Amino acid sequence: MKRLSEERAKILFEKLSKFIGTNVRQLIDRPDGTYCFREHKDRVYYVSERILKLSECFGYKQLVCVGTCFGKFSKTNKLKFHITALYYLAPYAQYKVWVKPSFEQQFLYGNHIPKSGLGRITENAGQYQGVVVYSMSDLPLGFGVLARSTTDCKTADPLTTVCFHQSDIGEYIRAEDTLF
Amino acid sequence: MDVVKAVLEKHQKELDKYKPISVEKHLECRLDVGTLLITDPNDFDDRQLKENREEYLAALTRDNTQLLVNAIWELSTERVDESIVAKLPEPTTILPRLRKVPGPRPLTKWEKFAKEKGIVKKKKDKKTYDETLDKWVPTYGFKRAEAEKEKEWVMEVPQNVDPNTDMFQKKMDLRNEKVAKNEIQRMKNIVRARKIDMPRSGYLGPEAASSNQLLTALTVAKSSTASVGKFQDKLPKEKEARGLGIKELIPGAKRKASHITDQPEKEANLDLIKSVLNKKPKLDVEKAISMQKRDDRLAREAEAGQQPAKKGSKKGGGKGSRKAVGKKPKGNRGQRAPGKKLQTGRKRR
Repeated sequence: MKRLSEERAKILFEKLSKFIGTNVRQLIDRPDGTYCFREHKDRVYYVSERILKLSECFGYKQLVCVGTCFGKFSKTNKLKFHITALYYLAPYAQYKVWVKPSFEQQFLYGNHIPKSGLGRITENAGQYQGVVVYSMSDLPLGFGVLARSTTDCKTADPLTTVCFHQSDIGEYIRAEDTLF
Repeated sequence: MDVVKAVLEKHQKELDKYKPISVEKHLECRLDVGTLLITDPNDFDDRQLKENREEYLAALTRDNTQLLVNAIWELSTERVDESIVAKLPEPTTILPRLRKVPGPRPLTKWEKFAKEKGIVKKKKDKKTYDETLDKWVPTYGFKRAEAEKEKEWVMEVPQNVDPNTDMFQKKMDLRNEKVAKNEIQRMKNIVRARKIDMPRSGYLGPEAASSNQLLTALTVAKSSTASVGKFQDKLPKEKEARGLGIKELIPGAKRKASHITDQPEKEANLDLIKSVLNKKPKLDVEKAISMQKRDDRLAREAEAGQQPAKKGSKKGGGKGSRKAVGKKPKGNRGQRAPGKKLQTGRKRR
């Protein structure tokens, strides 16, 4: 476990701010203890300092996962969020997309959301804005990126993709071995 | 009689000076006349070895040498220039080799690649028929350049090139470049075969260096300041060299630079977040256009909403406003006559 280099920390915060905007501060500045980001085998973990101290008894090779895995840095230094990050993204999300119950399953199989599957959408979201995807009963299902801004969505025809799929809770089963 | 006796005695005395040429051995000695080698498998006589060691060993050596000489005399001899010589047979003793047995020649990079891919070298004909010259021309080597010169006695300057360029010179330059490249590749092959350490960083020149090497050289150079490159500005989209063994070349890379700061982690993170959030938003043309479009549409809708209210008090007031707001896209069917009924085309749900 090591601290993120400045470059990587910046990439992480930029990516986080795409989804939760100014709420990034809340992740670090928490009243219930100090939390920090750690890097382990190119994966980014969000850990409380208390757990981190406990994890220090284990060697680099023995350690599989500590805290919550937020994502993984690719070899070209790009960060890709894992579905495990949803637990922290969902409560702080500023832009949300709700999918119709008929499209829920489609989304959970990894498909992009077309206009026909869109139930509701937050106002004023721009194109390529990171959004958290909810079911109509307000259960977070995953996250993605808007393919069209909210205003464009209104005029789009039913088959155009509105939101690109990035991750969904189906991955807990589909990508079980690479997730943590 | 005395004289005879004296001569015989004298002869006997002379013979006594020499030891006999026949040697008795308990076990037979192994002889290899080819290498002039004799191996005595008999044990030493312990008593004699203790009493007078040197004499005993000298006598033993003489005896064995005698055996070897006897064996040489059994070979066919001939006289060359007043001396008798014998031709020794092939040696039978196998001597160990001083140096390592040479292995197969290490493959060059191309040969290795060709072997992996199963590329077999095709043999070219020594001469090929040239249609422009209408004769057989050597493919390579002697008189090849002459034929080339004869064939390309004039060269066209392409339109996209400066008209004063010497195309012949250009061609020669290209060829020289190829030769130089080949030479470098040959050197690299030698280096690879002998497993010599090559400098992995440093500037090797534009022809020789690969983009990876250039990137490594750049990264190393940038981090070679007193503060291990901490205050060096970065170009936009600048990449850092990555790969096996590159970290060792970069000074300070193995030190964890992020831990050097004395600022606590939380504060450093908050500062970083602040800088990320305070970034000036880029002018997003797409967004600006879409916002402008939206404003325009709202304005138009507001206008359209007022008109029917003025005109048609006979129509339902709610209907008119609904029509103006929820107008469907026309699907490229262009403008419609304003007085015409709107319920045409397919039914929309």
